[in-house]
Amino acid sequence: MAALAITDTADGRRTLALTGRLDATTLPSLWEEARRAAADVPERPIVIDAAGVDYCDGVGAALFVDLLRHPRQGAIEVANLNPAFAALLQQFDPKVLEHDLDPEPPRRPAIEEIGVAAYGIWRDIRLQIEFIGELTAALAHAVRRPASVRWQEVWRICEHVGADALPIVALISFLLGMILAFQSAVPMKRFGAEIFVADLIGLSMLRELGPLMTAILLAGRSGAAFAAEIGTMRVNQEVDALTTMGLSPVRFLVTPRIIAALLMTPLLTLFSDLVGLLGGALTMQSFSIPLVTFLKEVDSAVNLPDFLAGFVKSFVFALLVAGIGCLRGLQTKAGASAVGDAATRAVVSGIILLVVVDGLFAVAYFLLDI
Amino acid sequence: MKNGEVIIRVDNVDAGYDGVAILEHINFEIRRGEVFGILGGSGCGKSTLMKHMIGLNPPIAGHVTIDGDDIVTAGDELLEKIQRKFGVMYQSGALFGSMTLLENVRLPLEVYTSLPDDAIDLVARMKLELVGLEAFTGHMPAELSGGMQKRAGIARAMALDPAILFLDEPSSGLDPITAASLDATIRRLSENLGVTFVIVTHDLGSVFVATDRVILLDRGAKGIIAEGDPRRLRDETADPRVRAFFRREAEPVAH
Repeated sequence: MAALAITDTADGRRTLALTGRLDATTLPSLWEEARRAAADVPERPIVIDAAGVDYCDGVGAALFVDLLRHPRQGAIEVANLNPAFAALLQQFDPKVLEHDLDPEPPRRPAIEEIGVAAYGIWRDIRLQIEFIGELTAALAHAVRRPASVRWQEVWRICEHVGADALPIVALISFLLGMILAFQSAVPMKRFGAEIFVADLIGLSMLRELGPLMTAILLAGRSGAAFAAEIGTMRVNQEVDALTTMGLSPVRFLVTPRIIAALLMTPLLTLFSDLVGLLGGALTMQSFSIPLVTFLKEVDSAVNLPDFLAGFVKSFVFALLVAGIGCLRGLQTKAGASAVGDAATRAVVSGIILLVVVDGLFAVAYFLLDI
Repeated sequence: MKNGEVIIRVDNVDAGYDGVAILEHINFEIRRGEVFGILGGSGCGKSTLMKHMIGLNPPIAGHVTIDGDDIVTAGDELLEKIQRKFGVMYQSGALFGSMTLLENVRLPLEVYTSLPDDAIDLVARMKLELVGLEAFTGHMPAELSGGMQKRAGIARAMALDPAILFLDEPSSGLDPITAASLDATIRRLSENLGVTFVIVTHDLGSVFVATDRVILLDRGAKGIIAEGDPRRLRDETADPRVRAFFRREAEPVAH
């Protein structure tokens, strides 16, 4: 245990006698008391008598420093401290410890924050444009010299992006088909029009939902994975190593991922369309619409342009999601949390881009009357 | 303040991962207040052995006793009690990237002590002053060099003034002046407070200045090839492998 005794002598001096063990377990109760005893009499000299201290670790030394560091009118000194502990105390300069030398900067005013944020968005757009240029050059290079592409890497990524995504794409698309079918069949049955559910599912899955859901899943799975993978490489200086070896990170890391996404996303979209239709067809069985009837109705409602309208989109979505994933990875700053930020930003910007571009497609198709 | 009492005992440990032993039948004891060095070339299993000693990975066989408690067989509760007795500085510093240096050092103090908030602040800043980082308290780890991160890692390991400090390659990546002041801090804490240090290193400069006793591990021999005062090992050994290590001879002798 530790104890503090305060004695005031006739010559105006105050003595704080500390005794016992001074460490993290004994000091919490004494700390405030000692500090108050010194602060109460700022003009009088104080002697901290440490003759009775049998142990003093870093926390004990901190108490002495705390009493010594604040400027006061009267002198303050430590006396009779065991030389072993005094040697510890001498390592510290109370004047240096008076204030935090590197306090956190004060918050910026709101108007400045808005300016910084706006500038950040502008810079990000510029970087994206730059990246599009670099990517176009890298893809053109890959087309001109296919042998320069690391195909082994492309196949590896294809497996991750494509084959490994089948279960989740199947699950979501099947559910989507079922929900669409069920929710629309119930009211349409009242008009005896439940057969047209097949039209609805066929058109919405093939034109919109198949490509869009696949792309959103791609953003969540592969876009985030690309960002995290490249981001970790950035943190580990692997990207710097590539650059100093004269290899372009875009050509070396981004091209294989973009090619893999471009190959796999349309296939996944096809798969999603089919599973969605299957989900709808199975649901409609319970509304007494046989499979053959359902398929025939889909066949009559959906024509090739409808299918192509969705299929073409899937290439563009693949390019967007994989591109933004890689870009966010390359933009990763230092530290473990930066990789997490990169993955988050990849998913968020991926989905925003998907929504915007899907809207543009809708307008374009409307104007082109597709 | 060294009273000769054994504080860590490594008893017949086979060190390694996944059943593959890099080191076999390792036995040694560390006494309270001692600065103990675990030496050896790269890849000889120094850090693996340290991971077994701090309870991160269980050894393939054998026991490690810290202050009387076996860390290998300890359940969660006992393990936490044992781990409270020591601090660890990892090779890279292992600072939490989302916190400033001050917050990193404050964390163990906030969790385990009931000191007033500004006292915790002061203790944390004193630890950072000890490693020369008093002017970087508000920086994030990512803003600092590797050597500075490592020093902050040491400050965090010392935050609670543990009885034992494990330091994994403390001086690698430090400039000579900082490395020397770190050695002096180690000596001072050992001599004045009886703190026990277990230092995994291959920096001979620090070994001769800071450590009392060392073991030298060898990959080929899968074990300890020398034990004792490093200065005496350097001057008096007959073993060519030990001599090669301590005298920095380029060609390791075949064995």
